[in-house]
Amino acid sequence: MGFQVYLVEKTPSIGGRMSQLDKTFPTNDCSMCILAPKMIEASRHPNIRLLTYSEVEEVAGDSGKFKVKIRKKARFVDEEKCTGCGVCVTKCPWKVDSEFDLGLSKRKAIYTPFAQAVPNIPVIDTEHCVYFLKGTCRACEKFCEAGAINYDQEDEIIEAEVDAIILASGFDLYDPSGLEEYGYGKIKNVITAMQYERMISASGPTGGQLERPSDGATPNRLAFIQCVGSRDTHHKLYCSTVCCMHATKEAILANEHYPDLEAFIFYTDMRAVGKRFQEYIARAEQQYKVTYIRSRPSKITENPDTGNPIVWYEETTTRTRTSMEVDMVVLCQALIPSGSMKDMSCMLHLSLNDYQFVHIPDRLFHPVDTEIPGLFACGFCQAPQDIPDSVVQASAAAARAAEFVSKDE
Amino acid sequence: MIAPRIGVFVCRCGTNIGGIVDVPQVVEYTKNLPYVAHAEANLYTCSEEGISSIKHGIKEHDLNRVVVASCTPRTHQPLFRNACADAGLNPYLFEFVNIREHCSWIHMKNRREATEKAKELVKMGVAKARWLDAQEEFKSEVYPAAMVIGGGVAGMSAALNLANQGFEVHLVEKEPELGGRLLKLNRIFPINKDPSELVGSIVKSVRGHSKIRLHMPAVVKSAGGYIGNFDVSVDEDRQETSFKAGVIIVATGAQVLKPELYRYGELANVLTQLDLEQRLKDAELGEFQNVVMINCVGARIPERPYCSRICCMTAIKNAALMKEINPQAKVYVLYRDLMTYGVEFEEYYREVKEAGVRFIRYTPSKVPQVIGAERVGSVRIYDELMDMELELPCDLLVLATPLIANDDNEELSKMLKVPIADGGFFLEAHVKLRPVEFPMDGIYVAGTCRWPADIRESIAQGYAAASEAVIPLRQGLVKVEAITATVDPKICKGCGTCVLVCPFDAIELKESEIRGLEGKIVSEVNTALCKGCGLCAAACPNGAIQQRGFTDTQLISMVNALSGKR
Repeated sequence: MGFQVYLVEKTPSIGGRMSQLDKTFPTNDCSMCILAPKMIEASRHPNIRLLTYSEVEEVAGDSGKFKVKIRKKARFVDEEKCTGCGVCVTKCPWKVDSEFDLGLSKRKAIYTPFAQAVPNIPVIDTEHCVYFLKGTCRACEKFCEAGAINYDQEDEIIEAEVDAIILASGFDLYDPSGLEEYGYGKIKNVITAMQYERMISASGPTGGQLERPSDGATPNRLAFIQCVGSRDTHHKLYCSTVCCMHATKEAILANEHYPDLEAFIFYTDMRAVGKRFQEYIARAEQQYKVTYIRSRPSKITENPDTGNPIVWYEETTTRTRTSMEVDMVVLCQALIPSGSMKDMSCMLHLSLNDYQFVHIPDRLFHPVDTEIPGLFACGFCQAPQDIPDSVVQASAAAARAAEFVSKDE
Repeated sequence: MIAPRIGVFVCRCGTNIGGIVDVPQVVEYTKNLPYVAHAEANLYTCSEEGISSIKHGIKEHDLNRVVVASCTPRTHQPLFRNACADAGLNPYLFEFVNIREHCSWIHMKNRREATEKAKELVKMGVAKARWLDAQEEFKSEVYPAAMVIGGGVAGMSAALNLANQGFEVHLVEKEPELGGRLLKLNRIFPINKDPSELVGSIVKSVRGHSKIRLHMPAVVKSAGGYIGNFDVSVDEDRQETSFKAGVIIVATGAQVLKPELYRYGELANVLTQLDLEQRLKDAELGEFQNVVMINCVGARIPERPYCSRICCMTAIKNAALMKEINPQAKVYVLYRDLMTYGVEFEEYYREVKEAGVRFIRYTPSKVPQVIGAERVGSVRIYDELMDMELELPCDLLVLATPLIANDDNEELSKMLKVPIADGGFFLEAHVKLRPVEFPMDGIYVAGTCRWPADIRESIAQGYAAASEAVIPLRQGLVKVEAITATVDPKICKGCGTCVLVCPFDAIELKESEIRGLEGKIVSEVNTALCKGCGLCAAACPNGAIQQRGFTDTQLISMVNALSGKR
């Protein structure tokens, strides 16, 4: 449309949650393959200024003339000099749990979150870098041929005047350890759906092999538990909207990798409301050995001999209490608005609803307008939704912003 | 011709390709192919690192052709072409080889053969690359106006958005009033309000907007042309009006199924949810004591497998309303799965349950039975949770039926050359990357003509379509893909076969104006209309048509490479 855009991203790379996913429903096309060209397109666009590893610190001014202060955190790597060769990462001797792989792999203290990261410039994690902690090492500096390592780099404050702001801060994962009955964190072979995504992903820590945490064995029977923390009076009352479908996709992928593998999806209501979703469910049942069981399991225990989780549930059709032993359980945990939502809403004087989603005053007729003129919100930060709906809302927010800006033209 | 210097970039795609195909072996093999000046492997050629190694390679090795062996051109061709252009190479001197779908994925179980096949495919790509020509993209000016077809909430939102950005909009509505399906509703969920005042304010802004030209009641008769340059003719009150538009947004809505189930149309007290809304609106419902609603009537069945997304909430909304009108009434909703996704719907569902509406789940193997002679007297249902058959007294049976595609979608699809699929709904170019665009440049889609959607989703799609449509309008100039057909007038015999096979009306028979051929009837391709499908090139009995980027020389060189000929 020809407007200048500052794209502010908290993490070291753009891409968001989608970069962690393996395939996407209901087409099973590879997530990164859709995403990577978009990321590059954004980075090479002459009108977009990418500010990664940056956070908005202050927003002042009236609607339509916002004065924004952005803290561009020190990467300790000179962006001009760095060639992205990655030798610093290879040589760094310090290993930390990878956030991107949800602890299933290690990353270095100097790292790029994933191979296709944009920009392809590492950051030093000062909480784990031994030079920052103890003053010795400097391995990255020693090996960097470009001389790009700069331990003295400081945060930079960027001030920008903008006419409109679009909020698209996405979601975080609800921690399922609060649901003690499911044994997450205690039973080794109970993992979360996002961990599963990393595991089944060809670019993930296991190269796409399913390896259960207790012994590395390939599971032959998988159980997916839906509504873990969602639609639950003790946790989140709302429906996270995407879990029925991503569980189905994950079960299909498992069977594609291992044709003998059976999956059981324990669900409350099978919410398959999008284009071609019902057909996807039917295919899962008919071709990929996926069985849907309408039940909310009451607990998961562990078989001490095998490490197998045992799912206890009521078979609603026969009204009998029963159990099923499987090799691994995947918890489809609730998705919650990003953790920084609260700070951001204070800063923007924006109200949130009971669950910390951005309040949209006229959700029906102005679905992306917040209560502040010139400030728009799209994607998961304002309501749970899948990728196609988020993309639609993002375009809608761009249209509204363009319209808003045009009023002054 | 300068001697070809071909650079080949082989992508590992992490382990997607590299885990199966022996990429280093492919690279070594490639280095010995004719005219290959450089070959390398990349972890991800599409990453920033990969892209910069292409740009760097072009400069360093003075490459004048680039081949990438990776995934699919559908998602990645523009990216690699742009990388070439950034390094000063004409983007059409780029050739794509797919060794993921065609090798590592399909031959996952046979690594050696997957690698051999990858080598052969790269050899063919290199052979073709040698003969690639630089192409100039056709540039076309964009007429600064839009046509929006459909005056429902999606269409009106799109029209207002474009008009408020200063562009002229022609809004074409079939019915004599604006507002679409919403005008037929009594109340809307989840806010329980009468839609007429809400829609009314949008209608007022549309009617009063100086940039919006209303054509109503009117239907589009023809729309020829291409992005930036559509010639539209509409039948408006039996008068034909013509205008030009640079872009088109299709937002024609959907209709509600009238079922042939549960004795609808036969028994007086069986209504659809839409009928119920009408009766409530007209205050003609009368008294009721026992209401039964059945969901998924005519949906999620073999002949109509989809879920219509909005019916659960419609039923819940009306169930609540019935309880509100008559708190003594018993109201049952018989459902299969309740699609109250998200925050508000789930909340609304909980409140309605607390208000006393009863929900009973049924399965397709045991559907509810309607009992009664002239009127429904009761509905028999097997309650799964209680494991027993229930007979619910019923003096009003309400059926939730799905949205189905409009009957005239097919006609519109043919006229605009945009696809329809599943159940006659319009098909977008890509469900995630391009959800409101058609594959045909310059034409966009929004609202329930694309797929069932509620008000907020339809409006968001209306805005989204406007945001895509405004890009060419604002730029004023568009570039059109240069892979198009070209006719050699010397060889052409003017038989017209190509004109018949062209699905885009891009070819015409004309008198040649070329010196030496004056007056000869030959075919001529309108490059702006040509989509490069290749039908004409294949059909031409005289071999007079070549498709840029797929010329005979290029294709034969690939076949020769495969068979070992030079």
